[in-house]
Amino acid sequence: MGEVMAADKARKETIGAVRRTFAPWKDPTQTPLIRFENVVKRFGDFTAVNNVSLDIYEREFFALLGPSGCGKTTLMRMLAGFEEPTSGRLTLAGEDLAGVPPYRRPVNMMFQSYALFPHMNVADNIAFGLKQDKMPKADIDARVTEMLELVKLEQFAKRKPHQLSGGQRQRVALARSLAKRPKVLLLDEPLGALDKKLREETQFELMDLQMSLGMTFLIVTHDQEEAMTVADRIAVMNHGVLVQVAPPAEIYEQPATRYIADFIGEVNLIESTVTACEGETTRLTSEVTPSPLTVAHPCEAGPGGKACIAIRPEKLRISLDPPPEGTENVFAGEIWDIGYLGDLSIYHVELACGQRLKVSQPNLSRRVARPISWEDKVWVTFDPDAGVLLTR
Amino acid sequence: MAMAGEKGRGRWFVIAVPYLWLLALFLAPFLIVFKISLSQDVVAQPPYAPQLDLSNGLSGLTDFLSQLSLANYGYVLDFSNEFLAAYGSSLIIASISTILLLLVGYPIAYAMARAPRSIQPTLLMLVILPFWTSFLIRVYAWIGILSPEGLLNQGLMALGVIDTPLEILNTNLAVYIGIVYSYLPFMVLPLYSALEKLDLTLLEAAADLGCPPVKAFWKITFPLSLPGVAAGALLCFIPAVGEFVIPDLLGGSDTLMIGKSLWTEFTVNRSWTVSSAVAVLLLLVLVIPIVIYQNIQQRELEAGK
Repeated sequence: MGEVMAADKARKETIGAVRRTFAPWKDPTQTPLIRFENVVKRFGDFTAVNNVSLDIYEREFFALLGPSGCGKTTLMRMLAGFEEPTSGRLTLAGEDLAGVPPYRRPVNMMFQSYALFPHMNVADNIAFGLKQDKMPKADIDARVTEMLELVKLEQFAKRKPHQLSGGQRQRVALARSLAKRPKVLLLDEPLGALDKKLREETQFELMDLQMSLGMTFLIVTHDQEEAMTVADRIAVMNHGVLVQVAPPAEIYEQPATRYIADFIGEVNLIESTVTACEGETTRLTSEVTPSPLTVAHPCEAGPGGKACIAIRPEKLRISLDPPPEGTENVFAGEIWDIGYLGDLSIYHVELACGQRLKVSQPNLSRRVARPISWEDKVWVTFDPDAGVLLTR
Repeated sequence: MAMAGEKGRGRWFVIAVPYLWLLALFLAPFLIVFKISLSQDVVAQPPYAPQLDLSNGLSGLTDFLSQLSLANYGYVLDFSNEFLAAYGSSLIIASISTILLLLVGYPIAYAMARAPRSIQPTLLMLVILPFWTSFLIRVYAWIGILSPEGLLNQGLMALGVIDTPLEILNTNLAVYIGIVYSYLPFMVLPLYSALEKLDLTLLEAAADLGCPPVKAFWKITFPLSLPGVAAGALLCFIPAVGEFVIPDLLGGSDTLMIGKSLWTEFTVNRSWTVSSAVAVLLLLVLVIPIVIYQNIQQRELEAGK
């Protein structure tokens, strides 16, 4: 026990330290491992990827996030070599990848369908890539054993894929793609077929794995929670273009556009008019509420300009009592609907103008009967630093 | 309870139909042939004895059974007769034909499976199209093509490739051409169905792991198409062993095939009994690959679960 705890502590110190300071994208002296330069990919007259420039750094866990058909998978497949860019350049560790076939690229991919070879057992599946490299037999066996241990499938080496559960197949696919120690591991919706609990566990396993192997991981997912959990940085894509590239917290707290604010998590968007810009603070009015609004966020639009206040549901406070006279950022309304999720309750508050705000509150006490009920008159407030101003 | 009874009867009926079919159209004729194979030739109508006569009661049956003998099998299996050589030659011709069919059929099936989805039904149609013409007529047509004055020789001579006609008709080569031509759809269709099911991401995965396309074909595509290879090979091999029309029309006098021997025995020598014994032995020879095929299918079915 003592040993395990010591090991855990050591892991915490090293990995924690790396995680805290890891931000190569902020360091201009770093050279990126993967560079997409003005990459365009067209299928017929459909533009799947439209002028994407993106740098991904060594040891980064990078997520491509977006709705289906946004071009994220095409971007990944170009890196794997299954698609060639229509125009633009793609380099890996300084080497131009144009014309390099997939079987000569030092990247490996874990497929969404896992693509395990059905006629080979688990060990042969994992050894497949190593055999292509003409690795000596003893080394292959050692590497396969190591990989089986890594994904905890030692007893299943001789099983065929159809004799495994979905979670086990997922781990075989992971082991097979890691076996060649690629410079970059590509993960195409790797956890999509797993149930929620297993998916969450596996997300943390993936992060630990990526850290301990020191590899660069590029994951494609449409699941924002998954991207937020695992990634150092997220690129949100829509209609073939990158909308925002930033660490998860920045994407969530500082969304660049309404699309991002709405796509990642829940958000309330309040259309407003700027009355005054005072450095970091912006004052606004809105038709939604008579109360003056103050947001601690600079605004691109000058006085008289239109802006949208974006506030996350958990950053709104809800109360049955009216706030003191003169309080700013107040919305009066009526409870329209309540969603009780156990840990949280979601309140839908209908304002006089008809717009509904979503407010979430943690359920801190064990009362079954909640104090706020349907059709109650409530007041919703927020702090100036809870909101973000969006003009796009 | 009445409901359960009715349901039981309905189920019994559904199961009974195929069994009755097999009983009436396969097992009963087979038993008749088998009985004839144990009889002796006589100059009478029908030309074999004994006949089962139950008018004498039980003694009629014992009399009948005592007259049956395996003598015809002894005759067929005697090395001094040509039957064993004909069996052997049939198996060799059928094996070589099957290999040729595989070599010709696999690329066709592969190209069909990789063709754009929209034209695949048309290609399938083209493979099946020859069936719309009588098999016999199509084999006769090959006589016109392969004969010394035929289209092939005329064409080659006109082009100056040869100056004397090639001797193709009435040789084993013509038999191979005929079998490969006639049986090609039976090879292509099961291969196509196996190749068409192949998940193309498996080939992407192989490429991703460093395997060039040609190697990936042998490591992934071919092993996964083996059930189709087995099905196609057996569908061609089994009828080819007993083939009669093609060796008779295209083959020469020295082309030895069991189907032809059987026909000669039946029509020229008028021995129903020996030809029945030949047929029963041929069936036994062919049951072996059928059993192998069923085993493969069974394994496939279990693997698919």
